[in-house]
Amino acid sequence: MSALLCGEGLALVRGGRLLFEELDVRLAAGDALHVTGPNGSGKSSLIRLAAGLLKPSTGRVMRADAALADEGLALDRELSLARALAFWAGPQLAQALTAFELEELAEVPVRLLSTGQAKRAQLARVHASGAPLWLLDEPLNGLDRKGVGELDRAIAAHRSNGGAVLAASHMPLTGDWRSLELGA
Amino acid sequence: MTGRLIAREVRRGLHGAAWLPVAFFLLVATIVPFAVGPDARLLARIGGGALWIAALTSALLPIERLVEPDRADGILDQLALTGMTEEAIGAAKMAGHWLTFGPLLLIAAVPGSFLVGLDGPALGRILVSLAIGTPALASLAVAVAALTAGLPRAGALAGLLLMPLAVPLVIFGAAAAGDAESAALKLEAAVALLLIAGAPFVTGAAIRASRT
Repeated sequence: MSALLCGEGLALVRGGRLLFEELDVRLAAGDALHVTGPNGSGKSSLIRLAAGLLKPSTGRVMRADAALADEGLALDRELSLARALAFWAGPQLAQALTAFELEELAEVPVRLLSTGQAKRAQLARVHASGAPLWLLDEPLNGLDRKGVGELDRAIAAHRSNGGAVLAASHMPLTGDWRSLELGA
Repeated sequence: MTGRLIAREVRRGLHGAAWLPVAFFLLVATIVPFAVGPDARLLARIGGGALWIAALTSALLPIERLVEPDRADGILDQLALTGMTEEAIGAAKMAGHWLTFGPLLLIAAVPGSFLVGLDGPALGRILVSLAIGTPALASLAVAVAALTAGLPRAGALAGLLLMPLAVPLVIFGAAAAGDAESAALKLEAAVALLLIAGAPFVTGAAIRASRT
């Protein structure tokens, strides 16, 4: 079975500092990898590397279609949530709104969403994309307990449908994750 | 995705202050007769050039909202993840920006021409030269916006970058507005083509370089 994400011999130098080297990352269908490590250890950089937004100093990355949730909300603030999400034309928009209980907020302008609501909207954007590979950078930030539960269920459903998840978080994630510690 | 991005740029342009460059353009055109005096012959002679200066300065106004908000909010990253190249993003932004900038400016150029004493054939010439020139101004604005995105004092820096790059366009554009016999219109079109063709590549490279 072909991997959804395959990084071999990755090294990354940022600002003259070596964040990691000789790193191999491989995610097949159903896999989930939790990247941990102290602040500044390169968790977010690894996510951006996997997304193809950064080039590794050495090594190479190959991946399937991916969806990314990082610190950028990437939803037009003047639009209603439903229209802002619709811009990204995700094939599973309706399911994503249900999964993160956003139907009631569908007509609310994005700029009025609270931190946690915006985080759920961002995760819904990832869910709606239908991409097999999810790249989540600190997905728990701002989520309340209910939101965390929604995320756990969405991730479990995504994995059982043959998807894979790469998440960077300094907080523990529930469920069955392989873990990769950076900066150890 | 390209079509949706163009439509989004148009929507945001119209929601934002699409009238601002137009109002600025008309304001500059209004000030010209006050500055050089009411001599109709003199005004008619410099009118084309004055409107070109007005168009160039009004092209600077929207620069800060063209690329930087999308970079800061992660929209550019998400577009890249959908498989769009940065060059295609730049081209779509150019098209979307021109649609909210060019046609409005051309409409404003009609009253603007009367303010500086141009009418009849002279009005037709300035409209043609601006119709050819505004896509190039819009392309330059997007490219410069991408080059300065994320920098402190980006607005002032953008002005310093854009003005010198627009000099050939202004020379031939203003000449084409003044004289129908010369080859200035063709040269203006050639310069405009060069700017429009080059801008997506500059924009694309700048977007990639601004990633952290």
